[in-house]
Amino acid sequence: MKVTRIGCGAGFSGDRIDPAVELATHGELNYLVFECLAERTIALAQLAKAKDPDAGYDPMLVARMEAVLPVCRERGTTVITNMGAANPVAAVGVVRQVARRLGLGGLSIGAVTGDDVRAIVGAGHFTVTESGEPVETLGDRLVSANAYIGAEAIRMALARGADVVITGRAADPSLFVAPLAHEHGWRLDAWTEVGRATLVGHLLECAGQITGGYFADPGLKDVANLDRLGFPIAEVPERGPFVITKVPESGGSVTAATCKEQLLYEIHDPSAYFTPDTIADFSQVRIESRGRDRVEIDGAAGKPRPDSLKVSLAYRDGFIGEGQISYAGTGAEERARLAGDVVSRRLARSRIPVAEIRCDVIGVDALHGGRLAAGTWHPYEVRLRVAARTNSLAAAQAVANEVESLYTNGPAGGGGATKSTREVLSLASTLIPRELVRCDVQMEVA
Amino acid sequence: MKLRTIAHSRSGDKGTIINVSLIVFDPRHYPHVVEHVTADRVRAHFAALATGDVIRYELPLIGALNFVVHGIVGGGVTRTLALDAHGKSLSSALLEMEIDSETISNP
Repeated sequence: MKVTRIGCGAGFSGDRIDPAVELATHGELNYLVFECLAERTIALAQLAKAKDPDAGYDPMLVARMEAVLPVCRERGTTVITNMGAANPVAAVGVVRQVARRLGLGGLSIGAVTGDDVRAIVGAGHFTVTESGEPVETLGDRLVSANAYIGAEAIRMALARGADVVITGRAADPSLFVAPLAHEHGWRLDAWTEVGRATLVGHLLECAGQITGGYFADPGLKDVANLDRLGFPIAEVPERGPFVITKVPESGGSVTAATCKEQLLYEIHDPSAYFTPDTIADFSQVRIESRGRDRVEIDGAAGKPRPDSLKVSLAYRDGFIGEGQISYAGTGAEERARLAGDVVSRRLARSRIPVAEIRCDVIGVDALHGGRLAAGTWHPYEVRLRVAARTNSLAAAQAVANEVESLYTNGPAGGGGATKSTREVLSLASTLIPRELVRCDVQMEVA
Repeated sequence: MKLRTIAHSRSGDKGTIINVSLIVFDPRHYPHVVEHVTADRVRAHFAALATGDVIRYELPLIGALNFVVHGIVGGGVTRTLALDAHGKSLSSALLEMEIDSETISNP
């Protein structure tokens, strides 16, 4: 029975490149997928594109392609990625230049377009899912509106012979569903197969998170050679169970436990995982170890795909000013709390408009608040963190400066003050009828 | 004893909703967590962090529970002032939950 080998060379935009090269060189892959697009990433890319029409693709696109294209060409491995971000067409042009420079003439590169639905959303009447308000109320604060598109257009690019397929906001699992369907000749309404391929994609899309990354807990869950963590490979036959594995001798480990953690990662109802391609059912999945770094997975299913596509909306939502400073020795926590009080009182008395303020003592209660940390221990050193939401950059800077000025004006022994400000891009979503989203493929040859 | 001695966990966010899995190391402990780590108990455990409902899904074939925690305080990943905006460290908070070791069958 034909088996397709598909690997994942990145789980987010800033991910490591060397495990992807290892995977491309030793993974005997038919396909290598790079998943690099978080919701906020595409909003930032849209802002970059607004300033420069040739920008708006992933900042590591060139570095990744230079690293893997020669070996992928040699091995006959097709590359699929959402590194096109806000500008897949520009990304294709860039990859064509990389290919030419590396002497890879004839490389065929396809851009998948159509996910940018800002004009459609702007012209119609859509409702923000989270608030129930009309999308129009966001006005000119709306930065981007990108629909999660499915496997269809990616598969079209593969059918047209693409060696590299570059998308914008495709759903993460669709980057895997398309090549598996293309390779095995599955129809995209063969829901069981699409559900199964969606599970392959869901398990692989975070790369190292299934091979022992994000898993280690020394003494309880030890992972060997985490410093040279290998990235995952799925061996997917035409039907029946598939296997998750990694390059032999690479670091990390693939076990039933690592696969179970990733199976439920970012999942709500396991029997109804919504994607553009299917409503996948992972509730009956079975996971069995089949020797070292080999785990067999079976039992995924799928129901007919939803009629609407989810649209990720990003909008400008004010600013955050933040400052931090450290205290040590006996009374460190008390001095940090005094410092936080000083900043809060000064901001309350000043004319700086602050919508919300938060003082954390890092080392004590910054992650889960005082309730879970109560009555535990008194750390030798702590770090005060003050963060506040404002509606202007100037006010955010004023908040950050108040923390920095604790150096000479606050409690004793404060050290290592830092400050930062940032504009907040908030995210929301809406639903768009599938037929309003027109996807297309543009091919170029290096 | 703490939950972390018999189970492991991973959490992930979707806006103001966070899911936290709970997976037993030994399948024989699954009935125990089903009985004792209820949605109500998890809601109380996370009371300072989330104000909404906690929904629990059971996955007996892999010895896991999946908790979906609604109403994360601070507005969720996109606008929260919290240091861990994604709530990724909630998995560790769940594993701190105390469970009665007397009633656990020794594997």
